[in-house]
Amino acid sequence: MSEVRFTDQHEWVRIDGDTATIGITKYAAEQLGDVVYVELPEAGRKVGQGGEAAVVESVKAASEVYAPIGGEVTAANPALGEDPAKVNADPEGEGWFFKLKIANAGEVAKLMTKAQYDAFVKGL
Amino acid sequence: MTDTANENLQRTPLYALHLELGGKMVPFAGYEMPVQYPTGILKEHLHAREKAGLFDVSHMGQAFLAGDNPGKALERVTPADVQSLKDGMQRYGLLLNDSGTIKDDFMFSRLAGERDMYLVVNAGTKDGDYKYIADRLKGAATVTTRFDRALLALQGPMAGKVLDRVSPGIDKLTFMKVVRATVANAPAIVSRSGYTGEDGFEISIEGKDAERVARALLKEPEVAPIGLGARDSLRLEAGLCLYGHDIDETTDPVEASLVWSIGKRRKMDKDFPAAEKIMDAVFTGTKRKRIGILPVGKAPAREGTEIADKNGRVIGKITSGGFGPSLNGPMAMGYVETAFANDGTEIDLMVRGKALPARVAPMPFVPHRYRRPV
Repeated sequence: MSEVRFTDQHEWVRIDGDTATIGITKYAAEQLGDVVYVELPEAGRKVGQGGEAAVVESVKAASEVYAPIGGEVTAANPALGEDPAKVNADPEGEGWFFKLKIANAGEVAKLMTKAQYDAFVKGL
Repeated sequence: MTDTANENLQRTPLYALHLELGGKMVPFAGYEMPVQYPTGILKEHLHAREKAGLFDVSHMGQAFLAGDNPGKALERVTPADVQSLKDGMQRYGLLLNDSGTIKDDFMFSRLAGERDMYLVVNAGTKDGDYKYIADRLKGAATVTTRFDRALLALQGPMAGKVLDRVSPGIDKLTFMKVVRATVANAPAIVSRSGYTGEDGFEISIEGKDAERVARALLKEPEVAPIGLGARDSLRLEAGLCLYGHDIDETTDPVEASLVWSIGKRRKMDKDFPAAEKIMDAVFTGTKRKRIGILPVGKAPAREGTEIADKNGRVIGKITSGGFGPSLNGPMAMGYVETAFANDGTEIDLMVRGKALPARVAPMPFVPHRYRRPV
């Protein structure tokens, strides 16, 4: 059973057991526009909750992507190197950024549910 | 984030049309301008290179310069050869301050049979520019600003074919020619020029005609509206300077690699602001030089990025940088110490604490396709 949570920085995180898959939301992808480059963390890197983990660049600007939850990076999406446009095409699916091994499952509780995030975006 | 509700921002005559087209409005040079339309920067950019793009550049500063010999008078503030400009031609020039650094860059035109010259300066500098010009030309020429006029740019390989439909015969113009013409029944000043590296036109019309003319052009199947985002990536691919970024009052024409815009006669006569200093620099060289940069990898390096030599010593800074949709890769422009300014020189770009390898590269990054006379 997987569970998806969201941050106010517009990242999503899918929890499967002790693995978290992280990406940016559809809203974030739309705001950024065409993604032309993604810098992803290497496997083995440890990131804390809210720490800078990746960078996403559109034609216009670069934006940081923060880790919604702390842990050790286990994989980065290899497809984004060749085809960063996947982030726009399928931000909450094939356009995922990286996976990590969750350090502290308790941190999930601080994140927004889908309903909370949708309401948050509506208020922007 | 951008505040589009800012009351101090001005609007061009096409503001309502931008909203109707779904333009994402941002503050730019004191105006609310569309940074992109729903199509997005990448596709807008490619559209302008493949077909024809319509740009609202009405925020730019249009004016007429009157006097017995306005061209001669204008040479007080620019090193361009204004006097030799033939009837029906447009030219690029630099506006210099007394210390010989760049106050602005601008276009000047001599319309056939008219004594007044027609000028277009940058949006963010227009008030100061025309105050300066009026002041320096006092007694010889007078400035009449026409910030109420609209200016449209139609750019791309199909621009000639498209504009000819609403302004028959206009496609006969060649690069840097300018005429008074009728565009979609509106009186216009049309030049075959632009700032994308593509063939194209700039169309100056009365503000009241702007929306109707824009709609007439947008109705043509080849034409799509293009925002500021793609305007910036197009001009950077074309190796063209953006005032306030690549050139400003801290740069002179020599280090900016814009000596070509100084007229031969002007170089001999040395009768422009700080001419001695600038001509000395032409012969002895400058400490730094504006160059093109191609990163080796895929990561873009943005404005402000430090440039280092291979030993990690900082040798310059990027003044414009991003991703080139037609180039399909990152590109940048910046200044480096002159010893590193040769094409092919290996440099590093300090992006997020990492040294990304790059090379000094010739510009334009994408070849110009101007309609030059045969």
